[in-house]
Amino acid sequence: MSLGFDIPADDLAKRHRKERVFEWICLSALWAGVVILGILVLGTTYQAWGWLDWQFLTSWDSRKPAEAGLLAPLWGSFWILTLTALFTIPVGLGAAVYLEEYSSDTWMRRIIQVNLSNLAGVPSIVYGILGMTVFVRAFGIFGSEGKKLVIELGITQWTIPLPFGRCVVSGALTLTLLVLPTVIVAAQEALRGIPASIRHASLALGATKWQTIRHQVIPAALPGILTGVILAMSRAMGEAAPLILIGALTYVAFAPGRIDSLDDVFKDPGAILNAPFDTFSALPIQVFSWISRPKAGFQHVSAAGIIVLLVVLITMNSVAIYARQRFRTKLKW
Amino acid sequence: MSVTPDSLTTSPASQSNSLVRRFSLTAFKEAIIKGLLFGCAFLSIFTTIAIIWVLLTNTLSFFEDVSLAEFLGDTRWTPQFEGEQKHFGIWPLITGTFLVAIIAASIGLPLGLLSAIYLSEYASPKMRNIAKPILEILAGIPTVVFGYFALVFVTPFVLRPILQTMLGFEVGIYNALSAGIVVGIMIVPTVCSLSEDALRVVPNGLREAAYALGSTKLDVSVRVVVPAALSGIIASFLLAFSRAVGETMAVTIAAGQQPVLNINPLQSVETMTAFIVNISLGDTPAGSIEYKSLYAVAFTLFALTLTMNIISQWVMRRYREEYQ
Amino acid sequence: MTLNSSPQPETPSVPTPGPNNDSPDMNTANKSGVVPKLRPTDEQPPTTALGQFAKLFQNSRNEPGVPNPDQAPKIEAQDLCFFYGEKQALFNVTIKVPPRSVTAFIGPSGCGKSTFLRTLNRMNDIIEGTRLAGKALFDGQDIYAPNVDVVQLRKKVGMVFQKSTPFPKSIFDNVAYGPMIAGQRNRRVLGEIVETCLKRAALWNEVKDRLAESALALSGGQQQRLCIARSLATNPDVLLMDEPASALDPASTARIEDLIFELKQNYTIVIVTHNMQQAARVSDFTAFFFEGRLIEIGETQTLFTRPKEKKTEDYITGRFG
Repeated sequence: MSLGFDIPADDLAKRHRKERVFEWICLSALWAGVVILGILVLGTTYQAWGWLDWQFLTSWDSRKPAEAGLLAPLWGSFWILTLTALFTIPVGLGAAVYLEEYSSDTWMRRIIQVNLSNLAGVPSIVYGILGMTVFVRAFGIFGSEGKKLVIELGITQWTIPLPFGRCVVSGALTLTLLVLPTVIVAAQEALRGIPASIRHASLALGATKWQTIRHQVIPAALPGILTGVILAMSRAMGEAAPLILIGALTYVAFAPGRIDSLDDVFKDPGAILNAPFDTFSALPIQVFSWISRPKAGFQHVSAAGIIVLLVVLITMNSVAIYARQRFRTKLKW
Repeated sequence: MSVTPDSLTTSPASQSNSLVRRFSLTAFKEAIIKGLLFGCAFLSIFTTIAIIWVLLTNTLSFFEDVSLAEFLGDTRWTPQFEGEQKHFGIWPLITGTFLVAIIAASIGLPLGLLSAIYLSEYASPKMRNIAKPILEILAGIPTVVFGYFALVFVTPFVLRPILQTMLGFEVGIYNALSAGIVVGIMIVPTVCSLSEDALRVVPNGLREAAYALGSTKLDVSVRVVVPAALSGIIASFLLAFSRAVGETMAVTIAAGQQPVLNINPLQSVETMTAFIVNISLGDTPAGSIEYKSLYAVAFTLFALTLTMNIISQWVMRRYREEYQ
Repeated sequence: MTLNSSPQPETPSVPTPGPNNDSPDMNTANKSGVVPKLRPTDEQPPTTALGQFAKLFQNSRNEPGVPNPDQAPKIEAQDLCFFYGEKQALFNVTIKVPPRSVTAFIGPSGCGKSTFLRTLNRMNDIIEGTRLAGKALFDGQDIYAPNVDVVQLRKKVGMVFQKSTPFPKSIFDNVAYGPMIAGQRNRRVLGEIVETCLKRAALWNEVKDRLAESALALSGGQQQRLCIARSLATNPDVLLMDEPASALDPASTARIEDLIFELKQNYTIVIVTHNMQQAARVSDFTAFFFEGRLIEIGETQTLFTRPKEKKTEDYITGRFG
């Protein structure tokens, strides 16, 4: 009409049909992940059926599928996670506090920030190689024999092997380096969410900068920080590649420091100090080891191990995600 | 507790009412704390330096025994053989790695992008609140589990019935395809969440303008929003691809350990990561060439993924600036 | 805001909250014979003083319902109410927009003028939690009727936004977007459409040599004219403009205003502006909105020189807003 040309008859019905098909495709893509997750869990549960029992949770590993159990990697993962959290939380929080509260927008800060995102993209196996070279072997500077640093503590003695060797501490330090970027970024976000008014109010009362951060800012940001820490710990829990490089043994029939009950602690409290320098296994390593074994029954044993691993991880993740959701909706300044 | 003037005046400065800064324990403590915190932040720089240093020195030591020409020119990778049979040509590992990564990308990238389009353009807030945590849980599943899934479900229950029984192709127990499929699923959450971020940065004005021209939602999404977010989406693709290249456990379990120049996805291949795991599982003595070859491979892997990550971040930053 | 001095079947009579109930003698001048001039005709519309339109002035409030198909309004709203969630943004807006004219909506920010504009091509549909009551008609059809295809509606009722929104594509692809999504794939035809529309938007001479370049490289004023050209390419009847010149420099603004004047020959234009001089310069009719209500609508010169409502007078004399 008013223009000097004709627009072709628009087949709107066809366009709307295409639109609906496209929406349906997108929706299917979104749920594909959920469906696969479901198949994975159901199929693995089916494989694990009858194998995941109390005996499985309370036995050491064995060459016979029916007798193999998860006790050693449960203890190993417990020690690994505890130590990783112990190293990660102060360092990660400290780095985040420095970047958010102390550093001005200088080239140093920008370099650290860019570096953090690059580190987050480094394949985990590369961290494994780093850990193997630095923590397990200490570049070989202590010679092939290795040395021992013995610290007398009166009632007991603390023996630190040098280099650390294939022990819990080496694994935990490696995983710490691996998850630190994630924790730092999460903590930074949490700190950034705290309004300046809180800081100003505290500073105006004559508190020093550190007092303000310690008593006002960090407590307020704690839920966000903890969420990030839990997510990072669950990642550390599932990582197998770096620990294989560290040399987490795949056939271990004891807990680190031989502590597998409270009695053991009372009998020899020093074992707690020495356990971090003991060899270990961990859940994903054990599962990998079982998957690689040719004997028929180990397929079911690995399935049982996977179910335990998934239950632990999904619980940790759900807690973190739920906490974050709660925290976000509650937090209205 | 009673508040006395004494308890309020704790520092000498306030007693004299002088505001001049003087040496005090508090200030000293503050400086120490600041130094410690800086140390924590600097640790990340130190980690990077350590990674590069460890990889570089050992790789250089490897190249004292093996020429760079052989490393990049030979097509055989047989470090475990004896004497003359030893060959250190990286290509079988590179093709193996990229074969798996490309299969993974061809599954994971479209799935991730379509999910992102749904979340950003179609989903109600309620749907988003359900879907995003589920994706996050999917992202949290350890890669060992995906390896098991490929080996125990994908190959025997999906690939063999379809490709072998029905179509007559021989499918190995260990094959690149099953590994690629599960790695593809693994990268979906990465692609989805980064692409969704990119799509949401696209100003609403563009969507409204497109609607005002008589667009359907399909037109708006595919012809306006996705092209507008293209660089951000490409950045997410690159990052996900780099993840697929660096992925270790699933490919070690499912793709096997055959370092041959092979592009048949139904046969076993060995990726760079799988080689590293296999060497470290064996009892290769530290200092031997095989052992050093591990660093050379790791360095190659590190260089590849780092390059992709840096390009990805650069593209993403440029993209965000475009809309600010 | 409706006051029908005589019963009219299509427009339900509404209890009117406004104080303008008691102005029965408004616009007695244009009650009758002059109306037919408003019909779409091929003759050139007058291009000079606003005064020429005085006789064409048509106001829904005082127009007796003479059943005359020729004077059918292009756009009409009856008792239109609009809600963002719980918050009501528009209150019983009733208005008629005559074809091939420029109608300006003025009022302080937040008065609902943009919201109302967006109801006319259902742009508010894409905002979650909004609700509409009453009727909006395009060529006499209820655009909110269940069988209306909103895509078709938006092709007929184009919109230009406050912030220019060129797609990050070439100039050519921007203008060709509408016909292309409607299924026109022929490059030659698209080329003709692009040329026609760019000429109409007075942009052709500036960009004809660089159609393949990114639209983002154009200046702000050029981008806005490009958006107008892009809207023309879907062959609309109506152009809704939401403060199209508010982000532009005076020279670009003048060009847009000239363009609006040109486009009036072929299109019905509704323009939202916070700039009263602009409304006075470009529009034939002006509607004043305040707090979600249509306070007054009239021939532009009349409204600016002899407003009937105290609020209108206060606003245009700068006492608030």
